[in-house]
Amino acid sequence: MTELKRITKAGFINFKRGGSVSMVAVIVVIITLSVITAIILLQAVFLFSLNVIRDKVDVRIYITKNTPEDKIMFLKSSLEKLPEVAEVSYMSAEDNLADFRLRHASDYPTIAALDELNDNPLLATFGVKAREISQYETIANFLKSNNASLMVGSVSVVDHTNYYNNKLVMDRLNTIISGAQRLGFLITVILIIISIIVTFNTIKLTIFIAKEEIGVMRLVGASKMYVRGPFMIEGVIYGIVATIVTLILFLPITIWLGRNMTDFLGLNIYNYYISNFFQIFAIILLSGIILGGISSFLAVRKYLNK
Amino acid sequence: MIYFNNVSKIYKDAVALNDVTVTITAGEFVSIVGHSGAGKTTLTKMILAYDIPTDGTVFFESLNVHKLKNKDLTKLRRRIGVVFQDFKLLPNKTAYENIAFAMEAVGKTDLEIASDVPHVLELVDLSHRLHHFPNQMSGGEQQRLAIARAIINQPELIIADEPTGNLDPINTHEIVQILKKINDLGTTVILATHNKGVIDSVGKRVITMENGKVIRDTNNGK
Repeated sequence: MTELKRITKAGFINFKRGGSVSMVAVIVVIITLSVITAIILLQAVFLFSLNVIRDKVDVRIYITKNTPEDKIMFLKSSLEKLPEVAEVSYMSAEDNLADFRLRHASDYPTIAALDELNDNPLLATFGVKAREISQYETIANFLKSNNASLMVGSVSVVDHTNYYNNKLVMDRLNTIISGAQRLGFLITVILIIISIIVTFNTIKLTIFIAKEEIGVMRLVGASKMYVRGPFMIEGVIYGIVATIVTLILFLPITIWLGRNMTDFLGLNIYNYYISNFFQIFAIILLSGIILGGISSFLAVRKYLNK
Repeated sequence: MIYFNNVSKIYKDAVALNDVTVTITAGEFVSIVGHSGAGKTTLTKMILAYDIPTDGTVFFESLNVHKLKNKDLTKLRRRIGVVFQDFKLLPNKTAYENIAFAMEAVGKTDLEIASDVPHVLELVDLSHRLHHFPNQMSGGEQQRLAIARAIINQPELIIADEPTGNLDPINTHEIVQILKKINDLGTTVILATHNKGVIDSVGKRVITMENGKVIRDTNNGK
């Protein structure tokens, strides 16, 4: 316990007396943590945009006219049981007609033509949303394969679906989304690796300055842990100070982005930053502490074996 | 106490030690003399296991120092005080902290540190430099501080490698007197130097080295 207290105290004193060396190390860790914070925010924007696109895609299933209600309900529950299905919404023929009239309220010839008809020409529909865009094909295949149980006499409950009309667009969208996800992941990994290497080398440099000191400490009989401990604490302090500065720095940045870029990004970054602040704080703090602590641990190791 | 058995150290292109066999008994004051490159520093480094011999063995009492595990080597080093020509003080620690560090390393309590550090600094006449950093002190003061650090844990052996190399005659005399006093109190002292005046003023056993070999071992201080 006394040793831990002494190591911690020595780490703080070293940080304080390190002056410009400590400051440079903190600045480098700030840069790394800023990269990580920026990646978190960009991922939020990216995921938000993807979800918006995903939300716009669905498959409409048109129900054959005069299908009994129990058959419609059976189709609904069958669809809901599919693991690929995220949401099923039903619209009756009347609902679809009302919606159509609303959307074409200013289109007088269309409304007039509709009024001429005695009957509702529109069918009842199911709007089906899949969990992933790539899963729509499975749903379409299910509707085909299950046709036998969804028959009323010789007529199928499903009049038709718009899946095959939209298939090309969906396939392209799917390719773009998975490509963008892979590219995003790759860029994230590369940026984080570069930042870690830069930080590690900066901390290595600060410890290189103290390499003779480490040798002297060993010569006067200090154990490896007693020599290494203060450097690790110093590294952890770099991480903590850098975390605080980084999170403060991102406050005005996100405020500005929230005010000026919400329309462009589709997401209010400031609101996201504030509502997820503790999660971001935890990630950044842990990254900072691990980065500082482990970098110091590894960098000191080289000079300890004398 | 210390036994060098046919110790040789060969670096890439130079022989630093050539089949050295020397015995040093407890309580002795041994001066090792020779020109630069004679092998004095290499010999002292061997005792601390700071360098590994190419051949031969070095014993500290019954311990083969180069066969010790890391933990045991740390324990051995705690029994030895070291003084270097370039002082090797911790630059970011004050005089007080430099000595306290050596005490903390061996697990002394805060109370012992608080009582012993001012006392040892008083012994080497540095009471007024308690909270000064090494770069705020003169060469002589830094060397006295290094000696204070070396003796604080009452080691069985003091190794002083050219401790007066960077000092003027007055400070040199002071350092030699301190080392003699430490030896009078029963601590074994090994002093490596090339300063004839220092050897003459000590007047104890002298081992002369040349090209890595012991060429003379006398007890008359010459």
